[in-house]
Parts: sequence; structure tokens; C-alpha cells
Amino acid sequence: MAAPSNRRPGFSRRAQYGNFFGYLIAVAGMVAGVILLIVSIGNAGAFSGLRAGAADTAAPAAKVAAGARTGSQSVWQILSGYFTSGARVAQLEREVAEGRVKHAEQAALTEENGRLKSMLTLTQGDQRPVVVTRMIGSTSSSTRRFATIGAGTNQGVRVGMGVRSPLGLIGRVVEVGSNSARLLLVTDTDSSIPVRRASDGIQGYANGIGNGTVQIRLSTTGINPLHPGDAIVTSGSGGIYRPGEAVAVVVSLTPDGAIARPLSDPGQTEFVAVEPLFEEIATPALTPQTSSAGKR
Amino acid sequence: MPTPLPSALRKFGKPRINRTASPVLALAMPWLLVMVGSLSPTWPVIASAPVLPPFGFLLLVGWQQLRPGLFPVWAGWPLGLFDDLFSGQPIGSAVLLWSLAMLALDFIDHRFPWRGFVLNWLVASAFITGYLFLALQIANLAGGLASAVVLLPQLAVAILAYPVAARLVGLADKFRLIPIRSV
Repeated sequence: MAAPSNRRPGFSRRAQYGNFFGYLIAVAGMVAGVILLIVSIGNAGAFSGLRAGAADTAAPAAKVAAGARTGSQSVWQILSGYFTSGARVAQLEREVAEGRVKHAEQAALTEENGRLKSMLTLTQGDQRPVVVTRMIGSTSSSTRRFATIGAGTNQGVRVGMGVRSPLGLIGRVVEVGSNSARLLLVTDTDSSIPVRRASDGIQGYANGIGNGTVQIRLSTTGINPLHPGDAIVTSGSGGIYRPGEAVAVVVSLTPDGAIARPLSDPGQTEFVAVEPLFEEIATPALTPQTSSAGKR
Repeated sequence: MPTPLPSALRKFGKPRINRTASPVLALAMPWLLVMVGSLSPTWPVIASAPVLPPFGFLLLVGWQQLRPGLFPVWAGWPLGLFDDLFSGQPIGSAVLLWSLAMLALDFIDHRFPWRGFVLNWLVASAFITGYLFLALQIANLAGGLASAVVLLPQLAVAILAYPVAARLVGLADKFRLIPIRSV
């Protein structure tokens, strides 16, 4: 379809000025975009209030949508269940039998663990989550991986808290609004988590690649000791993430580590738990006293 | 792409004596549709990789190609600012890229006034490719480290989704011009 040419609007001075100022505002908008970018890249938290406000505004509708998401998934599962029930019952019975044996072994281990811990006078840390909430959205078209959860400062969420699903670590809170918070997912390219192999404690880092997997980089050199299927858990060094939380499973090896798939797919996760900060901020009595010493 | 209204609404879509389109609906519909597209991060899809097309951008290009001149040329920055609030990109990314896209689309519109849908699709594909790669570069400047390979599935999905977005725009265009206001 040929466009009505409104670039040359005839002799109307008003229309000519309108056109001119339209282009002027468009170019000014571009320049403003560059300035905004420079500010937001220079200071990552510059517009966090604005973003958090927008997320708060959209949160009620997003919560309803999140309910519909899990609802529609369960409908599909009910339908497919009719076709696979026989095989599943047999499989579940076998799993229950195996599970009973495992449970007995586990009870023995727990008992032994408790005994060893009491010998070392370690206490079991309080692991109660700050809040259990819904995942209400994620940046699905940007290469940055952020997600939004439906709890904020009103529910006690603070920046830096780890977030996990029943299957494992999902990410870390980076921005908080009053009723919503923004997470940096473990698959984001900015996310780097100190990890170890669950079986023997080889140290490394899990860096997001941005395509739904993480790259495991080992702190050691030499022969790559990892194998596909190894479980990777947080090591707790650095103090952001609690040690021993499941993160990922190795799927393929690279020369200096491995590619691993996160255990908790955010898309399959309905409810997540926000965990309290692992390491307390140092008490005021312990802050360095260089300035006051200088005054004295 | 012009799209017929659903049969239930077709009766209302016909021109009638003493009825005209509501100016509020006719002017607000394009802005609202693009903003709803920008809200896609709050839709019930949670992804651990970038897979969904940038719906806001697709709808903006769709409107600009179906109805050139309906949006003012400066529409890129207010809509881009709204998109930035939700997209996860650093703020200013869509303000810049959407403004650029609007100016470039305006230029193409005046340079090639007679276009078929295939040419529109080709132009839109070029714009989507440029937009996704520049957005990736901007996200990487702000702390990301993603490689361009990550984008390829999303790029394919976005280019294939463009005709659907253009259909949706065509339907919304029919809808916004339904004569409901009595004169």
C-alpha cells in the first residue's frame, strides 16, 4: 500500500512545523536513550526504583497469570495421566520399594551424622526461609536472565538473599520493590557461583552462559576430573550462598571444566523459597577503626 | 496485513449511518497493543534462556508497516522506555533502538512506497536481526557476557512470529475502527 506522504504537508506552516518538531523529538529521544544507557551502565542501580515500581504495578496481574500457568499445566498432566497410568503404577511401586530401603539407610546416616556433629559441637543452623512465594515472570526475550517473584520488602526480602526451589538454587535477589523482587538467575552471564562437586568437594565456579546452562570452571588444573552426571552443589565460599545447595548436573565436558544443566528449571517452578542472608554483616564493633584512630 | 474481523463482530464493523469510530479507541489501540507486547516478561512463561521474540518490537514494526504515519516518528522513545522497565535490558536500550528503528522505518516507507507483504517481512526480518544483536551488545556492555550464538533460536522464532504479529496488528486495526460512536 502506498503511504500517504505527510512529509511534505503543503503550504500549511503549522503542519510543516509539526513535522519538523516530530523529527526533532525523535532525534532528541535517541540522544536521551544514549544518555540513559550511559547512566544505567555506569550505575547498575540507577533506575532500580523505577523498575521495582513498574514490577510492583504489574505484580497482581502477573500473579493471576502465574496461577493460570500452573493450572493449565496440571490439566495437561491429568489428561496424559489417563494414558500412562498402568506403566506409572508399576514404576511407582518399584520406586517405593527402593525408597523404603534408601530411607532406612538415610535414617542410619542421619543418626551417625548427628553423633559426629555433636562430637564436633556443631549446631544445626536455622534454615527457615524468609518467605515462600510464586515466580511471576522472567525476562523471556532479553539475553539477560532476570525473574520476578511476588514478595518484596513488605515480606522481609532483602537484596542479596538466595532463592531456591525444592530442587535447588534458582538465583539471587538483586532488586526489591515493596511487593515484588527481581532475581538474577543462575543462568545469567553475570552470575558466578562458588561450587564444589557433591561427591568429593573439588572447587570451582558455575558461570551462566545465557542459553539455559552453566559453565563449570574448576579452580584446579591438570586432568579434568569431572564426569557427566556429577552433581554440583554450592561451596559456600564468599558467603552469599549457603553451602551444600544443589545447583546443577554435569552434561558434557569442556577442556577446563564442564557444561552443566541447572537442576531447577525456573519454567517448571511454581513456588520458591527466599532464604535469609547466609553471612551476617559484620557487627559495628568489628568495623575497621582507621578513621577514628586517625582522629585520636 | 489487513485481517477480516471475526464473524461475530463483522456486523458491527460495517459503516453505518450516524455511527463513526471512537477517536479514543482509534488513537489508543496502537499504543496499548505495543505496551501489552512489552509486558511479555510478566506473561506466564518463565524461561531460563532467551526464547521468546521481542513482542513489543514486533508489534511496533507491524503497526508502522501497516499504517505508516499512525505513530508519530518520536513514538520510539516513550514506548521504548516502557519496554525497558520490564525487559531486563539496561534502561535506555529500547529508548535508543526503538527510536532508531522508527526513523529508519520512516525512511524506508518514503523511499519504497509500494511494498508487498514479502518485502515488509524481509525488512522486518532485517530490523529484528539488527535489534536483537544490538540489544545483545548493549546487555553485554552492562555486565553480560553472552555470545551471539545464544540469539540464533530466538532470532528464528522472532522472524517466524512476525507474520503472526502483523496479523494481530491487522485485526487490532479493524477493531479500533469499529463505528461505535453515534454522531
